[in-house]
Amino acid sequence: MAKKPLLEFTDKGIYCDKGRFYIDPWKPVDDAVITHAHADHAYFGHKHYLAHHLSREVLYYRLGDIQLQTVEYGETVVKNGVSISLFPAGHVIGSAQIRVEYQGEVWVVSGDYKTEDDGISTPFEPVKCHHFISECTFGMPVYQWKPQVQIFDEVNNWWRNNANNGVATVIVGYSLGKAQRILQNLDLSIGTVYTHGVIENTNEALRRNGVILNPTERITLDTPKEEVRNGIIIAPPSSVGTPWMRKFQPYSFGYCSGWMAIRGAKRRRAADRGFILSDHADWDGLVSAIDATGCEKVYLTHGYTATFTRYLNEIGFDAHEVHTLYGDDEALESVPSEEPVADSSLSFGEGRGEGEGVNS
Amino acid sequence: MRAFAQLFLSLDETNKTNEKVKVLKDYFNSVPDTDKMHMLALFTGRKPKRIINSTQVRTWATEITNIPIWLFEESYHVVGDLAETMALLMPQNTTSISNKTLTDWIGELNELSAKTEEERKLWLIDSWAILDTQERFVFNKLLTGSFRVGVSQNLVIKALADITKLDAATLTHRIMGNWVPETYTYEQLIQEQGAADDISRPYPFFLAYPIQETSEVHKSADDLKSALGDAADWQAEWKWDGIRAQLIKREGKIFIWSRGEDLATEKFPELHPFLNDLPDGTVLDGEILSFQNGLPMPFNVLQTRIGRKNLSKKILEESPVALIAYDCLEYAGEDIRTKTQSERRLILEQLQSATNFPEIFRISALIDFDSWDDLATVRTQSRAMVAEGIMLKRKSATYQVGRKRGDWWKWKIDPLSVDAVMIYAQKGHGRRADLYTDYTFAVWDGDKLVPFAKAYSGLTDAEINKVDYFVKRNTLEKFGPVRTVKPELVFEIGFEGINRSTRHKSGIALRFPRILRWRHDKPKEEADTLDNLKALLGD
Repeated sequence: MAKKPLLEFTDKGIYCDKGRFYIDPWKPVDDAVITHAHADHAYFGHKHYLAHHLSREVLYYRLGDIQLQTVEYGETVVKNGVSISLFPAGHVIGSAQIRVEYQGEVWVVSGDYKTEDDGISTPFEPVKCHHFISECTFGMPVYQWKPQVQIFDEVNNWWRNNANNGVATVIVGYSLGKAQRILQNLDLSIGTVYTHGVIENTNEALRRNGVILNPTERITLDTPKEEVRNGIIIAPPSSVGTPWMRKFQPYSFGYCSGWMAIRGAKRRRAADRGFILSDHADWDGLVSAIDATGCEKVYLTHGYTATFTRYLNEIGFDAHEVHTLYGDDEALESVPSEEPVADSSLSFGEGRGEGEGVNS
Repeated sequence: MRAFAQLFLSLDETNKTNEKVKVLKDYFNSVPDTDKMHMLALFTGRKPKRIINSTQVRTWATEITNIPIWLFEESYHVVGDLAETMALLMPQNTTSISNKTLTDWIGELNELSAKTEEERKLWLIDSWAILDTQERFVFNKLLTGSFRVGVSQNLVIKALADITKLDAATLTHRIMGNWVPETYTYEQLIQEQGAADDISRPYPFFLAYPIQETSEVHKSADDLKSALGDAADWQAEWKWDGIRAQLIKREGKIFIWSRGEDLATEKFPELHPFLNDLPDGTVLDGEILSFQNGLPMPFNVLQTRIGRKNLSKKILEESPVALIAYDCLEYAGEDIRTKTQSERRLILEQLQSATNFPEIFRISALIDFDSWDDLATVRTQSRAMVAEGIMLKRKSATYQVGRKRGDWWKWKIDPLSVDAVMIYAQKGHGRRADLYTDYTFAVWDGDKLVPFAKAYSGLTDAEINKVDYFVKRNTLEKFGPVRTVKPELVFEIGFEGINRSTRHKSGIALRFPRILRWRHDKPKEEADTLDNLKALLGD
């Protein structure tokens, strides 16, 4: 009989039978190891959670009173003889790759990752392994990112220009990750940074966690419209087109997402500006990250899995496509959320399969 | 070329009309006159000549990108635009080192026709090397000849009108017809024009505004009265379904223009005798239709002939055309568009009564009606008349430019409709890139689903997202870009006409199929049958 693999793909999530724990399961389980706090990876309803220190407060904020153990990168936890350790994934603050080892066999689950250092998340670190389970959200060669410094020059110029013309600036990115990445790279000499409540809640959770962020002002019912004219408002995708946003008129609104690389996708959003800024690896980033693991086998979980798998096989990897519920297949931008989201104040756009490009 | 690439980028960076006009003006003000004319040609649908065929462009681009051909093709399906795909796949180049203007590039492109394939390839590869990513994108657009920009001709005209202080209608008229930027200069465009004018130049078409109705909400006679006033102020005609055309006789020469500004004189030889017979300085507006025994034939008969390069004797016999004239725009060499509808009608009637070819030069009959109620009753007979509904024209109306609200209205009849099951889906292009937006629908034939129509439009963006989500999770098979989808979703499909067809598996062909609504309430078993559809053939 063939040996049972150390990690397997089940209808609840990625499962380690030997260690009796799941990684990023989407159905309630006893023991869950969480790569990062985005809703399509950290579900509500597990008995026990294990995650990185920096995910702690956001997980409490999003999932309520859960039983949570947190660890540092590189620290080892042993479950039923199986060693678990977390390594930086560079996706968002506190995001981790999960390294699982048993009797010399090493598996790594990437979660979501990017290879560029964004200056706020601990940078991605390749981990040697035999089996690598990777995302491939942007696993098409048309996705090639520019260095973020160039993108933020564009963002700041746009903001400055709007401020000079007396037009408010609204910039859209999801609340954990993109929002902070934008915040830390804005030119604060231009004006004040305002935040939508959902984003400010996440900022506060991160600050409780000891993360130092630039100063922000929460938009409330009392915030005078005139006051935000020179400022920039960071808002989640779900606020696009709502009365909340319309009350800042006149404003110019920009989207930050990897999907903005394609003209058609950008035009569909009807944004004034689309900034190509992603927290996922681009094509070259994916290929180089996979190569750096030195893995014998690679499994692709979400994104352009079919295409990317075929390509990897052609260039000499042993690649396999697997189905998970992490922004499944290539359906990354049109997912009506039917999964329960624990925190009802969390808007639809931030749920799993975020309406406009999951955590992209 | 840098200015032209920047123009594209800037237009993409705003959704606001005023800003787009400003961007266009900035462009016009910053480039040489020859560039202005080239840009104008491209932005008004005058495609550059395609000298290198797109397979060659693709092949050579793939060689540079260092990826397998199949991956290039997959990328194209994701991006939905060939020029953009090639620009994205090539190794990024952030600095442009070329100072050539748009005119220079188009000039070089045109010179290629005299070159060998090897020389063309070399030229192309050298060109790509000196352009940055954004310039490559617009350059590739020139190469592949597909130049749809997110800017309407009206905006370009508005910008130009602001700069030249000419009015928009005049400019719209001056850029009609078959000019080329190599010979039509900016000076000529903005000068007071006289006898040296291009004799083939058509007038801009006046287009009717639709009277909005849905299958649930109908306009009553009272609604029409309150919106349009007294019925006696209006003339009514049938709305014919053919090819809208403008026919010109000047200085002994004839020209036939389609609405898309294609010169189609040679496509309709049957019309030549009557046109040659018209007095010089005459311009007519009308509809070209196929006729048989004095009756118009359904549009698909005409459609089969439009596609042909050569008009065989057989085609001319099977699908002979005639003109139903609507209007007269020029008479005795004088532009009479500012005369009233009634005055122009009288002139048209005189012209028509003088023709020696009354079977070919027909006139759109006026519908006799005393009240809006009367007209509503007449409208119900449209289908029997092979018409799409009714046209309403204010008797005092001038002949205006473009689609204007107020004096011309089209009042179409409800489309025919059936409930059908979606069975195939394909990704769209442009704004709909990487989304499944193009669907094939089927009806039941016994226990089998038979495809009968493709439709692209009719759903909201939110609905498209939901269907896309469904398609990605319910794919049974993939054939290249097409996915076979689990038959489950039911849609009401509307169409203007239905005809027998030997080319389709279902044995029928629809005119203008589109999605009327998503029938969430219907399970697939309750979709219509092929027999239901065939019953609509009415023969």
